[in-house]
Amino acid sequence: MDEELAGALVELFRRLATELPADIERALEAARDVEPAGSPGGLALEAILEDIRIARRDRAPMCQDTGLPLFFLQVPRGMDLSRLREAVTAATRQAVAEVPLRSNAVDPLTGRNPGDGVGPGIPVLHFEPSPDDRLHIDLLMKGGGSENIGRLYSLPDRETGAGRDIASVRAVVLDAVVKAQGLGCPPTIIGVGVGGSRDGVITLAKRQLLRPLADRSANPDVAALEAELLREVNGLGIGPAGLGGKTTALAVKVGVAYRHPASFFVDVSFCCWACRRGRLDWPPGPTDAGRGRAGTESAEAEVAT
Amino acid sequence: MSDIDLATPLSEEVVRRLRVGDLVAVTGTVVTARDRAHAYLAASDVRGELPFDLAGGILYHCGPLARRTSGGLEVVSAGPTTSARMAAYEAAVVERYGVRAVIGKGGLPEDLLDGFARLGCVYLSAFGGCGALYARHIRRVLQVFKEAEFGGPEAFWVLEVERFPAIVSMDTHGGSLHGEVRERSREALRNLAAG
Repeated sequence: MDEELAGALVELFRRLATELPADIERALEAARDVEPAGSPGGLALEAILEDIRIARRDRAPMCQDTGLPLFFLQVPRGMDLSRLREAVTAATRQAVAEVPLRSNAVDPLTGRNPGDGVGPGIPVLHFEPSPDDRLHIDLLMKGGGSENIGRLYSLPDRETGAGRDIASVRAVVLDAVVKAQGLGCPPTIIGVGVGGSRDGVITLAKRQLLRPLADRSANPDVAALEAELLREVNGLGIGPAGLGGKTTALAVKVGVAYRHPASFFVDVSFCCWACRRGRLDWPPGPTDAGRGRAGTESAEAEVAT
Repeated sequence: MSDIDLATPLSEEVVRRLRVGDLVAVTGTVVTARDRAHAYLAASDVRGELPFDLAGGILYHCGPLARRTSGGLEVVSAGPTTSARMAAYEAAVVERYGVRAVIGKGGLPEDLLDGFARLGCVYLSAFGGCGALYARHIRRVLQVFKEAEFGGPEAFWVLEVERFPAIVSMDTHGGSLHGEVRERSREALRNLAAG
């Protein structure tokens, strides 16, 4: 089972590195259609769409930064987590050699890059219980540029004047976007975590990046916040590649968790346009209708990591 | 999509004619350099150690993804990385080695514009994330320097490129598209806050 699973994961890596999810490609096409032809932002989107076509045609990674592998695993009862971790790590190493992926695991103390793409802390693994008797694996290959521009705010925040309400959440998200400018390869997808613990809120924000672009929060207040933030972010004019234009983000997705009375964290995590996310169900087969993804917006998904 | 052909080595005259917003297509040689390569170039004058000449040359902020084939190294994907990380080193590197253009993404701080104007150097924005597209503009890998010491992404990759597309976003006349976009976005944010 372990070798078959590893083989399926290598194929998942290959597919994600070379084929952008269809909803993101459609959104980029729509963004291209509203930028003036020949403008820097319009040219950036033309280049991006051409890159997506070349990557798919030639089965070549669309971006040389094949990202930090983030795994969200929903594990059925009784499955051995140590073996699962070994299988996922082996698959990551194999994908780096075979796809190929860039080796993105570096020792921070010595600067040494062993070249196999794994090391302490990489790949990143989050485990939670499966809602059924199968293993469900969401993989996000998250570019380093967009990882670097993420920001964690502890409200109230003096610099932005943010207090502790929904307007303050909006203020810090917009602050993070303005500070990021073109660094994280916009148009980005923005995941926001509100509440929770300091460590948990970042993971909560990153989980939002797994949601399909069309997915709306089940909470109408949160859904309204997502729509409002997307409109405001795109009113900033930062645009594709940060070269100016109408589309700075393709989506804003917000997740909420309860907070300690003293704490009010907001995390803003970005995914570059090359948001290489996808899922493997194991054993393979159709998914039950209506079953939630790992990237739900609710706090219930925030189980032990 | 590209308008102005640039061939390396670049002359000061050609570089000074470029303006923010110009589309260019680079043909010739570019040398990748990112964090460690910049620290190495900036720490001391290493012209005697470099197996290539950066005078009139182009630095590319990039950590390529390549595969080894029977014919040697083949670049699979090689788009730009974030230039801001190299900002602290770039003025010294451009001046010491006579670099005429820097390719990257996201731009460099405006405080480098004076140096660019004085020395005759421009910043070219490549399109972030477009590694497969840029690999199609790389004809071959001429050499890789410091790979064992720095690791693959951080090494100097000397690349022969053909019609490599980019946009001039910082020029020798004090212009920065990044500065313009930043100021506009800050003003839009102030208007949102006021509204």
